[in-house]
Amino acid sequence: MKNMKFTRRLAVLGAAVAMTLGSAAQAADTIKVGVLHSLSGTMAISETTLKDTVLMLIDEQNKKGGLLGKKLEAVVVDPASNWPLFAEKAEQLLVKDKVDVVFGCWTSVSRKSVLPVFEKNNGLLFYPVQYEGEESSKNVFYTGAAPNQQAIPAVDYLMKDIGVKRWVLAGTDYVYPRTTNKILEAYLQAKGVAPADIMINYTPFGHSDWQSIVSDIKKFGSAGKKTAVVSTINGDANVPFYKELGNQKISAEDIPVVAFSVGEEELAGIDTKPLVGHLAAWNYFMSVKSPVNTEWIKKWHAYTKNPKRTFNDPMEAHVIGFQMWVKAVEKVKSTDVNKVTDAMIGLEAPNLTGGIAKMLPNHHLTKPVLIGEVRADGQFDTVWQTKGLVAGDAWSDFLPGSKDIEADWVTLKCGNYNTKTKQCSGQNYK
Amino acid sequence: MLLAWAAIALPARAQSPDQDFAAAVAGLASDNFPDKLAAVTAISELRHPNGRAVLATLLDGKLYFRNADNKVFITDGGETQLALTDPLTAKAAGSGASDDFTRITTNNSLRKTLRSAVASFALSDPDADVRLAAVHEMLRSMDEDSVAILRARLEKESDADVKKAMHEGLALADLDSEDAATRLAAVKALEKSLSPDVYNRLTAMVAAGDDGVFPEPDERVRTTAREVIAAIDSSRAIYSTLETLFFGLSLGSVLVLAAIGLAITFGVMGVINMAHGELMMLGAYTTYVVQQLMPNHIGASILVAIPLAFLVSGCVGMLIERGVVRFLYGRPLETLLATFGVSLVLQQVVRDLFSANNRPVETPAWMAGSMQINEALSITYNRLYVILFMIIVFVILQMVLQKTSLGLKVRAVAQNRNMARAMGVRTQWVDAMTFGLGSGIAGVAGVALSQLTNVGPNLGQQYIIDSFMVVVFGGVGNLWGTLIGGMSLGVVSKVLEPWAGAVLAKIVVLIALILFIQRRPRGLFPQKGRAAEN
Repeated sequence: MKNMKFTRRLAVLGAAVAMTLGSAAQAADTIKVGVLHSLSGTMAISETTLKDTVLMLIDEQNKKGGLLGKKLEAVVVDPASNWPLFAEKAEQLLVKDKVDVVFGCWTSVSRKSVLPVFEKNNGLLFYPVQYEGEESSKNVFYTGAAPNQQAIPAVDYLMKDIGVKRWVLAGTDYVYPRTTNKILEAYLQAKGVAPADIMINYTPFGHSDWQSIVSDIKKFGSAGKKTAVVSTINGDANVPFYKELGNQKISAEDIPVVAFSVGEEELAGIDTKPLVGHLAAWNYFMSVKSPVNTEWIKKWHAYTKNPKRTFNDPMEAHVIGFQMWVKAVEKVKSTDVNKVTDAMIGLEAPNLTGGIAKMLPNHHLTKPVLIGEVRADGQFDTVWQTKGLVAGDAWSDFLPGSKDIEADWVTLKCGNYNTKTKQCSGQNYK
Repeated sequence: MLLAWAAIALPARAQSPDQDFAAAVAGLASDNFPDKLAAVTAISELRHPNGRAVLATLLDGKLYFRNADNKVFITDGGETQLALTDPLTAKAAGSGASDDFTRITTNNSLRKTLRSAVASFALSDPDADVRLAAVHEMLRSMDEDSVAILRARLEKESDADVKKAMHEGLALADLDSEDAATRLAAVKALEKSLSPDVYNRLTAMVAAGDDGVFPEPDERVRTTAREVIAAIDSSRAIYSTLETLFFGLSLGSVLVLAAIGLAITFGVMGVINMAHGELMMLGAYTTYVVQQLMPNHIGASILVAIPLAFLVSGCVGMLIERGVVRFLYGRPLETLLATFGVSLVLQQVVRDLFSANNRPVETPAWMAGSMQINEALSITYNRLYVILFMIIVFVILQMVLQKTSLGLKVRAVAQNRNMARAMGVRTQWVDAMTFGLGSGIAGVAGVALSQLTNVGPNLGQQYIIDSFMVVVFGGVGNLWGTLIGGMSLGVVSKVLEPWAGAVLAKIVVLIALILFIQRRPRGLFPQKGRAAEN
């Protein structure tokens, strides 16, 4: 009985929080910006910072006098790392709160969950995380990396600069690693790597007993050819993985691990000793010295009142996405979704690591690709970067199903146009 | 060899060794890795007395250059101010603001070269262990230079182990010799070696190319090489079986540790305690807090954390028993729901106290790394300690239950509550103590888990299902059953894992367990006698 009382009190508390959030959204004549990031549950670790980033960006913009003479107003909801709840909260933002734009989502499954809601209600979503591609929606702008802006260049670096001949593709068992590894496997085979030289391994979420897998990697890597691990291992399963590598005395010099999901934020809470020298591929590193980067890190530290807070790749994506949205709104003098999405294409905003990001007709960005080695302080030393910017490709050229598909919202007005059958399947606005 | 090289190089460049050294050190301030690599190689070849210090400092990431004039310094010190040492003279050169200096970065291939270079300096170290480590380091990346250095050192070497390691490295180099007899001798010398380099070289020698020509021209050498490969193969197979067995036992130990507290609360008392995982989590967080309190004694922190974790989790367990469980004895469904609620509360409390992020628990030096038995078999220390720790906990627990008066009362209440009460046992007190004991053991298990997995609010949830699985499989109410059950589940998982994958192995084990429980609902070691009836 005591427990029941407790849960009831919790429910009352929850309702109160929901009401305060709701009432805040009813102030008159503002431009509403929805923030759809998990503030509780497993993804809270990563997504809470993104919520803070958007709030900082709104704050900055309001200090400059707002947008179109109106103040920006954040509408924050908590989808609690619960994928169906993402769709409900998105519906709430679009239908009830009538927000003009939404910044949100982290995992691919949450994005897939809200996609129909945004398309049905003609909303506008900025998605800031590197993902597996194979998607382009009229209502979504993908400000994170597509596979050809992270995975493929990383593999190229290992192949050309490090001379890797044997490959371990290790990942957590869900959609992003599976699709990415499928693309990488096809890519490696196209480059002449024998199937026997590719080892693919999947583990459950939060896997902690890595002994036999690491021992297998060690054996696989002792065949006389330079071996590397391409890791799409997600979240906190990485810590025991790197620990086990260290314990079994596999150093980054022998078998380097290049990770796609380990960034500054993830390194901030862990003992980095066993990771030193291992690699990560991103489009942004906090350690990169550039005037824009220093400026934003200063703003971030001032906003959070914490000089130790890290800045990372998805945060940069939000900074770029937000700036572009502001420019688009100013250009068309309206927050109407159709007008803004049309105006977005071709807009530019500075990358924090140098160069100018440009929004492409397929709703992806041009980005630099950086490879960094983990330092003992949890930051990265850039060891390699692409000469220019890489244009994001929504549909991978290395998968049989998506080779012929193109996304172009300017001329084709389609997110998945098949160049062979000349048909647009799915969303089509003519 | 090196003296000769220096003699040739000197008149050609007409520079003093110090000037050459200074030029090479200046080259380290380059912004690209190939230039840095060239500079490192040059420093290594010059054998300047300060060379080792410069390279070792670079490896440590403490070599900086001044932004104003690109002058390289060995540095030491804090975030804002750096104490400088001139690398050329090894003398102090004042200090400077760290903003005026840039760290010379390294990458993996550069570090590998650096380690080998530093090792070649260490070959003349008076300590035999340092020399042995240096030889091993050099063997990881052999080239003509390092072979020449090793050959030169071999004559002066006195220690048997170091000599053996050198011989093996040189035998590997001898496989490239022009002379068939030398190659034959080298193959024979490598007979006992389990190093993968040796194996790869030998298999490459006897594998026919596309044109049917063997890389090794001499038939006798090939035959011997094949024999050696067969011998290596069979000993490798044995070691690989041993390794799998070890992995299985260590996973089993983790399962037993996680389940053994539950074997008491669930097995002996019959309470379905869903908060058991959270009690382990509290133990893990206790380790974290202890480490925060004694940051300079990480090695001892684990030993301090064990009794503390027992107390913390034990007390929380007794609170749960007194506050919730005691009102619900004999109502398993309500107990399940209530303790599940308690587990959520505990998770949220931890989240509010320590944040939702995982907490970094450091591994003490004595638990890191592995014991290299030979090239094919190494045993990681943390897993070894977990096995030993599990055995100790198990023995102590058995002693408590069998030899102490508390144990006697616990068993008596478990067998027949009313009779025990009639004999004057305070059953309520015994219940609280038993629950506290089981919970305390969970806390101790949490200390072990803090070394193996992430310490976060969800730690407990990952182990609760496995714990129940082990207890049910082993037979409820039987500690030996838990031990055997946990160990066999561990070994079976690890045997399955290499060919089924981690995900499928888990599923297969679960299905096998369900089938087993269908046939023997009371587990491996069912309780016999009257206690089994209720």
